[in-house]
Amino acid sequence: MLLIKNGRMLDPASGADAPRDILLDGERIAAVGAPGELQSRASGADVLDASNLIVAPGFIDLHCHLREPGGENSETIETGTRAAARGGFTAVCPMPNTRPVNDNASVTRAIVERAAAVASVRVWPIGAVSVGSKGEALAEYAAMKQAGIVGVSDDGKPIATAKLLRSVMDDCNALDLPVIDHCEDSSLFAGAVMREGKQSVRLGLRGMPAATESLGVTRDIQIAELTGARLHIAHLSARESLEEVRAAKRKGLRVTCEVTPHHFTLTDEDVEYNTHYKMNPPLASREDRDALIAGLADGAVDAIATDHAPHEPALKDVEFERAPFGVTGFETALALALELVHAGKISLMRLVELFTVGPARVLGMTRRIAAGEPADLSIFSTDHAWTFYAAESASRSRNTPFDGRGFRGAPMATIVAGKIVYRRP
Amino acid sequence: MLGIEPLTAEEITFLLDQSKPFQEIQKHPLKKLATLRGKTVALAFFEPSTRTRISFATAASRLGADAMNLQAESSSLKKGESLLDTIRTLDAMKPDCLVMRHSASGAPHFVARRLPLAVINAGDGTHEHPSQGLLDALTIRDGCGTLAGLNVTILGDILHSRVARSDIYLLSKFGCRLTLCGPPMWVPREFESLGAPGSSIRRVARIEEALEGADVIVTLRVQTERLHEPALSLDEYILRYQLTPERLRRARPGALVLHPGPMIRGLEIDPAVADGPQSCVLEQVTNGLAVRMALLFLLIGTGGEATAAKDSTHAAD
Repeated sequence: MLLIKNGRMLDPASGADAPRDILLDGERIAAVGAPGELQSRASGADVLDASNLIVAPGFIDLHCHLREPGGENSETIETGTRAAARGGFTAVCPMPNTRPVNDNASVTRAIVERAAAVASVRVWPIGAVSVGSKGEALAEYAAMKQAGIVGVSDDGKPIATAKLLRSVMDDCNALDLPVIDHCEDSSLFAGAVMREGKQSVRLGLRGMPAATESLGVTRDIQIAELTGARLHIAHLSARESLEEVRAAKRKGLRVTCEVTPHHFTLTDEDVEYNTHYKMNPPLASREDRDALIAGLADGAVDAIATDHAPHEPALKDVEFERAPFGVTGFETALALALELVHAGKISLMRLVELFTVGPARVLGMTRRIAAGEPADLSIFSTDHAWTFYAAESASRSRNTPFDGRGFRGAPMATIVAGKIVYRRP
Repeated sequence: MLGIEPLTAEEITFLLDQSKPFQEIQKHPLKKLATLRGKTVALAFFEPSTRTRISFATAASRLGADAMNLQAESSSLKKGESLLDTIRTLDAMKPDCLVMRHSASGAPHFVARRLPLAVINAGDGTHEHPSQGLLDALTIRDGCGTLAGLNVTILGDILHSRVARSDIYLLSKFGCRLTLCGPPMWVPREFESLGAPGSSIRRVARIEEALEGADVIVTLRVQTERLHEPALSLDEYILRYQLTPERLRRARPGALVLHPGPMIRGLEIDPAVADGPQSCVLEQVTNGLAVRMALLFLLIGTGGEATAAKDSTHAAD
């Protein structure tokens, strides 16, 4: 048994924001009570003192890349989930663009079994939409779902055609799986390495306009309306896209979206040939960033997701246009979101919601702190001062734009199935 | 020397002033100096280039320096070596500076950040070509007597031109009024805000209007390799944007015509203009040598710092 005492519990599902002790028994929460109330039941239990700390439901990251199988020089399930635990995440959803692609149940099983052996946090894989993510034949969703996938995506690429998207949505509707899309119009994307704008013109780098993403979002929402399927927009970055999502939600469509910490923190003005600022979708304009923050605050955005995309140093240590897209993100996500809280842009409860019940809802799950629930908890400080150094990261890769950034607030302990998988020294 | 953008007008003026004596040397029967004897200049051209490479090689040679020549065709890049490893290999041969041309914007910045090596950007992708900007400025200053407040029109594929960016950064610092004209997909509106603070940059669709009152016209090469992108046909380009003698008459009488080369006669420029009295094309080539000699001299010459100090004192006077 483990007693977490003296913490401030934030539970968005019930709206509770109060001092609470929480008793964990095995893999489940045994009881939640007022401070001191559980003392008698907890005799002999280990104690975790959460004084001055927030105790929240376990964070879920809807979007990451663990690179295993096939990309172990950049990340493994072991190192990636260790970094996730350090970021306060208790469950992560790795995208299927591994080698081989996670497009069938045997790959899914291999990932799930590997995770059971070495992972620090829960691993809920996303399966491919199409075989090899080639945009042609449908992958085997039912078999992959039995093996453990929680959604489908051809992430890294958009779902190739409207026709394919329609078939996928029809099928996933029957299986009650969300369809997650990396929205992009390929013809506008062609060869671009950053967002089109003053900075791309200044740097002489090929840019893509915001419409590259929003055209894809528009297509997807129309097909979602046609099929009634669950559509989740990955790493939304443009205000035009967000407006489409808002309109879809007003219509009552089952459309959700996520935003990454780098998109709500940085803009294209920060790009200066440093490949650690290169990702897709690219950093957007200041207006976009402000719109994303507004969406995080008012509920138009459902979840914060990292799009943790590790690349071994040699791959990023090249000319900007040759570098692969992607940045790491597990260990800085919460601290970057707390910057929004400190700046008064979002409430602390809203932050917790964006990391917990928000992503859970996208996956058709719930997330709350109550007796009988899985003992997955994220315990964090809102004012612990620290500096993030990429060299100290648990990830195998170092490709982050936030190396050396000072933060206020950090994950302090991460608990998965009743076990402390990370404790800040 | 990675770009013009970060330089101040004073620094540019200093560089142009430093180029003057090297302009004189080009007129001497004996052009070779011993200033950089024992120094080595590495020339790494990862993209085909004739004039810029020869210009830098000649500049080095006339200063008495040795040149180490790496050509993309024969380099190990073709065998899959990374840019960084190639440059590290060059660096291990201990050159005093690296002159680098690369098809990727920012490649020299990347190299300069990763290695403790003096780097001269000899053109990076569609970003900057600072020595071209300086030689254009020297040519314009000689021809017009000043850089201040001129009307300069740049014609052609602005978006993909590193020459255009260096010229825009440079001339806008001297209060030139810049007019950009070319196929609209090649002249995005973001260029209007690219100049120095307070500068005037406008886009004009019709060439006749763009040339009205120009003191200087910079004609850019039509990069035929760009024509696979949705763009104009060559015939349409010629019809709408070729610099012809009739169109040139819209400019101020005696306006200078510059072209960075290589020039395609009959495409972006009418042969009568290219060979006409207003054309500065060959002067640009000679000035290119002078500017590049000055850059090498200031960067790796032992007397560089002393000269710089002396001159800035003069400027203060």
